[in-house]
Amino acid sequence: MLHFGDRAYDVLGAFWTTIQLTALSAIGALILGTLLAAMRLSPVPMLNWIGTTYVNVVRNTPLTLIILFCSFGLAQTLGITLVNSKSLTSIEDSNFRLAILGFTVYTAAFVCETVRSGVNTVPLGQAEAARSLGLTFAQNLRIVLLPQAFRAVINPLGSVLIALTKNTTIASAIGVAEAALLMKTMTENEAALIYIGAIFMVGFVILTLPMGLFFGWLGKRLAVAR
Amino acid sequence: MSSMKVRVVGAIALAIALPFAATACGGGGGGGDTIVIGTKFDQPGLGLKNPDGTMSGFDVDVAKYVAKQLGYAEDKIEWKESPSGQRETLIQNDQVKFIAATYSITDTRKQKVDFAGPYLITGQSLLVKADNTDITGPESLQNNKKLCSVSGSTPAQRIKDKYPGVQLQQYDTYSACVEALKNGAIDAVTTDEVILAGYAAQTPGAFKIVGKPFSEERYGIGLKKGDTDLRTKINDALTKMEQDGAWKAAWDKNLGPAGIAAPTPPPVDK
Amino acid sequence: MAGSVLFDAPGPRALVRNRIFNVVTALVIALVIWVVYAQLNAKGQLTAAKWEPFLTANLWKTYILPGVQGTLTAAAVSIALALALGFLLGVGRLSTHPAIRWPSAVFVEFFRAVPVLIMMIFAYFLYALYDVFPSKHLALAGVITALTLYNGAVIAEIVRAGVLALPRGQSEAASALGLRWGQTMRSILLPQAVTSMLPVLVSQMVVVLKDTAIGYQITFLEMVRQGTQVGASYGNYVPALIVIAVLMISVNFTLSWFATWLEGRMRRSSRGPEPMHIQPVTQGSFGAGAGGSI
Repeated sequence: MLHFGDRAYDVLGAFWTTIQLTALSAIGALILGTLLAAMRLSPVPMLNWIGTTYVNVVRNTPLTLIILFCSFGLAQTLGITLVNSKSLTSIEDSNFRLAILGFTVYTAAFVCETVRSGVNTVPLGQAEAARSLGLTFAQNLRIVLLPQAFRAVINPLGSVLIALTKNTTIASAIGVAEAALLMKTMTENEAALIYIGAIFMVGFVILTLPMGLFFGWLGKRLAVAR
Repeated sequence: MSSMKVRVVGAIALAIALPFAATACGGGGGGGDTIVIGTKFDQPGLGLKNPDGTMSGFDVDVAKYVAKQLGYAEDKIEWKESPSGQRETLIQNDQVKFIAATYSITDTRKQKVDFAGPYLITGQSLLVKADNTDITGPESLQNNKKLCSVSGSTPAQRIKDKYPGVQLQQYDTYSACVEALKNGAIDAVTTDEVILAGYAAQTPGAFKIVGKPFSEERYGIGLKKGDTDLRTKINDALTKMEQDGAWKAAWDKNLGPAGIAAPTPPPVDK
Repeated sequence: MAGSVLFDAPGPRALVRNRIFNVVTALVIALVIWVVYAQLNAKGQLTAAKWEPFLTANLWKTYILPGVQGTLTAAAVSIALALALGFLLGVGRLSTHPAIRWPSAVFVEFFRAVPVLIMMIFAYFLYALYDVFPSKHLALAGVITALTLYNGAVIAEIVRAGVLALPRGQSEAASALGLRWGQTMRSILLPQAVTSMLPVLVSQMVVVLKDTAIGYQITFLEMVRQGTQVGASYGNYVPALIVIAVLMISVNFTLSWFATWLEGRMRRSSRGPEPMHIQPVTQGSFGAGAGGSI
C-alpha cells in the first residue's frame, strides 16, 4: 500500500489484477487463436471464410472499442453478464470477466496470424510426407505441423503476450481496478505526478522486460534444428 | 536517392504543418467587442453544445445574463470549453474572461482564482429509475446495490468510504453511467444533484432524484484573481438576475423537466 | 490442381461432407445473428428513433466529423514525428560508438515496455501541470507525445531489422570502397532498407490509427469519444458505437489492404531489395524484446 498523507493506494493489488488479466486472456487467446489458424488452413471453405473475416475485422478494430462493446453491447444490451447478479461483487467480477473476453477475442486474431506464419516456416516436405503417409488434415496439423510451428514462433508469441500485458491497461475504460485506473485516480487526487508516473512506468518495465528475456531464451532453446 | 529524401522530408513537413494550420487559434479574454466565456460543453441542463452548434443550459443562461449586464449582447459571446481540471489554468492564462461551468467554490481554488456568487447551491445526491422504490438515500445503498460514478471522482470515493456495502462501477463519463442506469445494469448514479437533474431533464419521466443532498457544493463564477471591479459587477448582475425572476425562469427552462421545483436563489457573497 | 499441401483435392465423400459443414455453419451463424437481432430489438435498439439521427447532417457535422478530424490529425502528426524519431534511434542503435548505441538501446527498450495509455496519462497531466499547451490542445498533445514515443521506438526496431536484413555484401563493398560508417549508412544501407521496410511501415500506421482511440480515456476528441457523445445526446449508445466501429474498421482495413498490396507488388518486382515480411508483431531485440505492437 502506498500512502499519501492519510490516503492509501493499493499499487501491488492493481498490478496483480493486471497479471491476472494477462494470464487468463493469454490462455483464452492461445486456444482461440490456434483454433482460428486451423480454420484458416482447413479444407472446408466456410470455415476458411469465417476465420479470414474474423481476423480482418478484429485486427482493424481499436481495442478500446471492443472493450466498450463488451460492456455496453454484450453486458447491458444483450444481457451477457457472465456473472451471478446476486453476488456481492457482481460488478467487479462482471467487468473483470468481460475484459478478459474482450482481450481474448482481440489477441486471438494476432495469435492466429502468428501461428499461421509459423506453419509457413515448416518445410513443405513435412506436410507432403504426412499426407503420403495417409494422415488426415486434423492429424497432419496435430502431429506434424503445429508442434513445429509453435516451436518456430516462440519469439513472436512472446511479443504478443507482452503486447497483451500492455493492452490490459485499456480495461480501465470500463472500470476494472487495474494499474491504469489506479494511476488515473492517483494523479487526479495527488500532486506528485512525476513520482506516480515513475512508479507505474517502472512497474510495467519490471513486468515486461523479464518476459522478453525469457521468451528469447525459450525461443533459442526450443528452436527446431534443421 | 536524394529526390526520395526530398519527398520524405517534404511529406513530413507537410504532415506536421497541416494539422496546426487546420486548428484555429483563438484566445484572450475577448478582443474588442467580443467576450470569451468558459463553460462545459457536455453537461446537459447546465452547459451543453447542441448538435446545431448553439449552447444551452443553466450555467449558459446565467453567463448570458451576466454578459448582457456587462454590455455584451448574446451574439458577441465566444464560448470556450472548460473541462474540470483546466478551469484555473484558463482563467490564469487570460484565455477566458470568466467561467460558469459547475465551478464549486473551495478554499484551495480561491488561492488561484476569485469567485463571484454563489449563484447555485447543491450537494451530492442519487439518481435512480423513476419506478425504483427501494433506494431512498445513501443508507439504502448498503444492501449490495450498484452505484456508478466517474473514475477518480470524489463523490464515488465519499460513498465508498462511508457505506462499504456498496458496489461501485466507474466509467469515464456521466453519460455512460446514465446509459447503464437506463439499461438496468446499475441501480443509481451519484454526483452533484444539479448535474443529475440535467441528465434527468434530458429524458423527462425516466429518472428521479432521491434522498436529501449529503454534502454541500456552492457553484460560483470564476474570474481572475484580484479583479475586484469585475467581481463587483458580476455580483451585481447575479443579484439582479435573482431578483427580477430571470434566475427562476432559467432554472425552470433547463432543469424543470427533471421534476425539481426551483429553490430560492442563494444570497450572493459580496 | 486443387487442394493445398495440407489436404487432398476433395473426393465425392469429402465434397458431401464439406457441403454439410457449410450448411451447418451457415445455420449456426444465422441463429446467432437472429438471437442478437431479437435481443437488440427487445431492448429497443433497432427503433427508427435510434437510427434516424444518423441521417441528419447535424450529427455528422457537430460530432462525427470533428472526431474524424481529431483522429486523423493525431495519427498524421504522430506518424510523421515517430518516423523521424524512429530513424534517429534506429541508426543510433546501429552506431559504432557505444556512447550513442547504449542510450538509444535503453530509450527504445524503455518506451516499448511502457503501455501507451500510461504514457498518455502522464503526458496529459504533465502538460496540464506546467501549462505547456493551451487548454484546447492539451489532450491532443498528450496523445501525440505518447504515440510518437512508443511508435518511434517500434519504428527504430523496424529500421534496425531492415538494415540488418540487407545482404552483408553491401556494407562490405562500401567499406572496401573506403566509405566511412556514416556515409555507408546514408548512401547505401538506409535507402535500400527504407524501400524494403515500406510495407511494414504502412502496417505500423494502422497501429497508430487504432491507438488514437486510447485517447478516449484522457478526454481527447476523437472518433470513439464522439461516438459516446452522440450516444449521450441522442440516447442511442449502441447504434453510435456500431457506426463508429464500421467507420474505423473500413479506414483501417483500407490501409492494411494497401500495405499487403504494396508488399505483394514489391515482392513480384525484380528491382530493389526484398521487402520485409509484414509480421503480425514486430520482433524485438532481447530475443522477443519488450513486445511488438498490436
